[in-house]
Amino acid sequence: MRLESRSTRPLALLVGYPLIALLFASLFCAMLVMLAGASPFSVFGLMAKGAAGSQFAFLETLTRATPLIFTGLAAAVAFRAKLWNIGGEAQLYAGAVMTAVLGTGALQLPTPLLLPILIIAAMLAGAVMLSVPAFLKTRFGVDEVVTTLLFNFIMILFVSMLLEGVLKDPAGLGWPQSKKVISEAVLPKLIAGKRLHFGFVIALAAALAVWIIDRKSALGYEMRAVGFNAKAARFAGIPVNRVLAKTALLSGGLAGLAGFSEVAGLKGNLTLDLSPGFGYTGIVVAMLAMLHPLGVVAAAIFVAAVFVGADAMSRSAGVPSYIAQVMVAASLLSMVTAMMLTRFRIRWN
Amino acid sequence: MQAIEILFTASLWAAAIRIASPLIFATLGELICERAGVLNLGIEGIMTAGAFSGWLTVYLGGDLWLGVAVAALTGALFGLLHAVLVVPLGLSQHVTGIGITLLASSLSYYIYRLALPEVTSPPKIEPFQSWSVPYLFDIPIIGEALFRQTPLTYLAFAAVALTAWFLYRTPLGLAVRTAGENPMAVEAQGIDVNRIRIGAVIAGSALMGVGGSFLTLSAFNSFFFEMVNGRGWICIALVVFGSWRPGKALLGAVLFGAFDAYQLRLQQLAGGYVPYQLFLMLPFVLSIIALVIMSRRAAYPQALMTPYRRGER
Amino acid sequence: MTGEERAGQEEVLRLSGVTKRFGALLANDNVSLRLARGEIVGLLGENGAGKTTLMNILFGHYVADGGSIEVNGEPLTPGSPGAALKAGIGMVHQHFTLADNLPVLDNIILGTEALFALSSNRRGARARIAQLGADFGLAINPNAAVSSLSVGERQRVEILKALYRNARILILDEPTAVLTPQESAALFDTLKRFSQTGLSIIFISHKLGEIMAACSRVAILRSGKLVADRSVESSTRGELAELMVGHKVASAKAEPQEAGPVLLSLENVLARRGSLALEDVSLDLKAGQILGIAGVSGNGQSLLADMVSGLLPPMSGALKLNGAELWHLSPAKMVAHGIARIPEDRHTEGLIGDMSVTENVVLESYRSSRISRRGFIDWAKALRFAADIIESYDVKCPGPEAKVRLLSGGNMQKLILGRVMSNAPSIVLANQPTRGLDIGAVNYVHERLLAARRRGAAILLISEDLEELLALSDAVSVMFRGQLSAPVTRAVTTIAALGLMMAGQGFGGEMRHAS
Repeated sequence: MRLESRSTRPLALLVGYPLIALLFASLFCAMLVMLAGASPFSVFGLMAKGAAGSQFAFLETLTRATPLIFTGLAAAVAFRAKLWNIGGEAQLYAGAVMTAVLGTGALQLPTPLLLPILIIAAMLAGAVMLSVPAFLKTRFGVDEVVTTLLFNFIMILFVSMLLEGVLKDPAGLGWPQSKKVISEAVLPKLIAGKRLHFGFVIALAAALAVWIIDRKSALGYEMRAVGFNAKAARFAGIPVNRVLAKTALLSGGLAGLAGFSEVAGLKGNLTLDLSPGFGYTGIVVAMLAMLHPLGVVAAAIFVAAVFVGADAMSRSAGVPSYIAQVMVAASLLSMVTAMMLTRFRIRWN
Repeated sequence: MQAIEILFTASLWAAAIRIASPLIFATLGELICERAGVLNLGIEGIMTAGAFSGWLTVYLGGDLWLGVAVAALTGALFGLLHAVLVVPLGLSQHVTGIGITLLASSLSYYIYRLALPEVTSPPKIEPFQSWSVPYLFDIPIIGEALFRQTPLTYLAFAAVALTAWFLYRTPLGLAVRTAGENPMAVEAQGIDVNRIRIGAVIAGSALMGVGGSFLTLSAFNSFFFEMVNGRGWICIALVVFGSWRPGKALLGAVLFGAFDAYQLRLQQLAGGYVPYQLFLMLPFVLSIIALVIMSRRAAYPQALMTPYRRGER
Repeated sequence: MTGEERAGQEEVLRLSGVTKRFGALLANDNVSLRLARGEIVGLLGENGAGKTTLMNILFGHYVADGGSIEVNGEPLTPGSPGAALKAGIGMVHQHFTLADNLPVLDNIILGTEALFALSSNRRGARARIAQLGADFGLAINPNAAVSSLSVGERQRVEILKALYRNARILILDEPTAVLTPQESAALFDTLKRFSQTGLSIIFISHKLGEIMAACSRVAILRSGKLVADRSVESSTRGELAELMVGHKVASAKAEPQEAGPVLLSLENVLARRGSLALEDVSLDLKAGQILGIAGVSGNGQSLLADMVSGLLPPMSGALKLNGAELWHLSPAKMVAHGIARIPEDRHTEGLIGDMSVTENVVLESYRSSRISRRGFIDWAKALRFAADIIESYDVKCPGPEAKVRLLSGGNMQKLILGRVMSNAPSIVLANQPTRGLDIGAVNYVHERLLAARRRGAAILLISEDLEELLALSDAVSVMFRGQLSAPVTRAVTTIAALGLMMAGQGFGGEMRHAS
């Protein structure tokens, strides 16, 4: 078997293969559903209904998509430059910690002043969090995959320490959680009485900004050049390490925003279960979007729909909601395979 | 001074070996994959799947050794999937590995919930018991530290010797090492690079599965979520620390185990004064420091993460 | 007995109607070739004519789309190097297939023992390697790591790999590219000794002289077609050249020209990377002159090139531009100083294959005010610039938006020329600028370099092709083990003299074995 590079990539291929990939992942999950003794059609039907069957369901999906857009963008930006940031989780918590530290009363400012400060602070925290592995990579040649992964564990322990220590809410009945952020630091809801908050709009704006950076700016061009061929980029005079540092700042900052948006928009305080793996899921989102910033929005909504739908379905159909994680993981693997097949043709001799 | 006395207790070193055992298996597994030129970030998930499938086998009435075998088989299957995607198809080893980890762990959790829908506290099994090696156990301190362990620990040490012998003494081992250095050299000598790499990833992943099963069948007696808790990632650091050599990797794993056991004891000593989370962080911090120190002079397999596409131009 | 007489008697290899396509490219078009026992056949053709493809099919790296191969009358299983090795075919690849970090012994015995054997007979292997080395004058330390060997020694290991397996047919792909002329002559002697023991040899080259020196018969490939298969004795150099290229070739030659002031100079430069080092290197690049750097690959040329490219700062000594010392070197700074740099490897260093022609063309200039403003790139301007380059440098491509990896090697090189030469640089570094190109593209590159010289640019030309160096350079310096000889002017030197220097002659007291 060998692979042959395709000289052209017809549109039918570019659209068809990803669809086949998602179909494949669905089939795999249908088998697992049957293993649970349920009918795949009714289960997928319930999932669809649970994710988009009502205004409530759809808003819930968008709410869940919000942090995924941020972490998805973080992964997309980094992966473009082949900076393997698997530490979205740590950077998310860094942003969340910063929001909790400054937003729970340390800064008493009116909303129009406080929110931008919190946004910048959370981005900085996430950026610093990723800068350490990026520095170790460029300075000492330490593989950033392992270090960003390890920092996820360090960070969650650090958060746990804070929540049982200095950030502990005295009124929290012993639960490891911080105080609620002050009302000036709360992101407004988009629709009164619903959970969807202004963080979603910020996420859309972030996607647009990343898209513009990617397409139009010198930095976006540099990041792509470094990602495709760092050696040639360096030879041509692109400061590769500086580009990687900037990439780390941008990527970490975006993941930090996810933490800010969850604390200031949804939960109101910092808890240990703030993120059920948003950092890792962001990687899937980025890959499903083929690293395209605007595609990230669509992919995040899709993945969120799978999760929200599965939660609703498992309550009524008795199929464990972990099917959502399986679905997402299977989609990731089949999607990267499909993307490869749009670039190469398999020849069997 | 108590802090220093602890270092000379047999129980510390016995614990160190115990903690090191699953790491030894999984580190060897990752080492074999990387020696063949394939990074396997599926390790964390494969350990989870091994821990779960081994436990489930025993929970359903299987023999403990059958549990180990099932864990190895589970690991091998996920290894096969990873290998097919990254070796002949040449997909990104980073992304695929993360995908394998997500898939293997979520499948484990899904099937766990399917098998045990209602349980709140995980059911227990009867794990491997420790077994004292006759005569050797009577050696002071060392005997107690090394020779009263469970059979799986002895198997881990045997696996180190076996892996070293395989890599450095057999023709197949040479082919594996060369595949990680220059795949073209393998093909030019008439050996199919893809088969070598796929085989190495399957074998290595089987070892990772066994490493996972140590957690449920030897160290603890039940399966619970997130129980692998980053051990897989630490193994990846240990491979670098051990410069891709089985013996040095063993040393790294035992040092790591000793450190972990030591911090657990310090934690008890310092109880209350220092947040326990700081101690729990230490193993991860230590891994990062080890990576920083070793990365400079690390002799990476030269073709690590380079996909090999036959007849490409 | 000549090869032809034998051919009738003992045919060991027969290729019939071999055809191979890569996408739209017909790399081998119905090629048929025979080889007799003890015969040395030259496979001659330009770069890109399909020689290596044909041999890769024979050795099983590729599978042909049509045709068949027979070894000793038996059909050969296609697509399997293992089957080819078993049939007695050995191949010395142009890019050595050695694992650098492993010892010579491991490289040789890999694949020669049953894969699932429980042990390997290393002692026996060592003895056999020593025996082969003694028999054929190819002695080598089997315990040495390949990374510690010179290129010549590595080639020796490659040949031993084939002999160790009792190869009856030996393919050598451009074996002289890494050798000095004297080493090449010694290799030809070795090959003749092989042929006397009954070994049949296919010798691939794009150099006429070598084919005529080493072979009894020559097969010529042009654009994938076999255009001639004849005895060397009955052919003249001119005939073969014309058959190879398909038309008469006028190669470029530098006309004498006054030297201008020194534009760039290296003074007593020391630098180190890994086991390579530059030791006390000095040179002057003068306006309107081409300084050639000869040497066997791996003697420090890459360090010299990287230094002038801005990638490698000197540990001591100075790099001076117009007499002023340059500090804190970087590639961007070199570009800013008007130094055009043509890198050694188009694919890994020169271009980004997955980016478009436009994106590649602005790689060095995207920050300048004519392309971008306030950190944002004006892609319309970049596109116009790319169209200009495509037009004026005759780059054949589907358009400025096409991905560069789809371009041919010659067009890639023209693209690089366009990128670095378009604003009339005063200093040019050309590192192996014609490697792997066909003759048309080679001449194009040469013309551009000579045009820059006429314009008054100072040019540093690093090449392993002595004919190229002597055709273009005003003077040539030789690199040997990190040292650089004083320049010898073209008028007073010969290929043979340069070859001796490449082997270390004249490098004061440092005359160690060079092969």
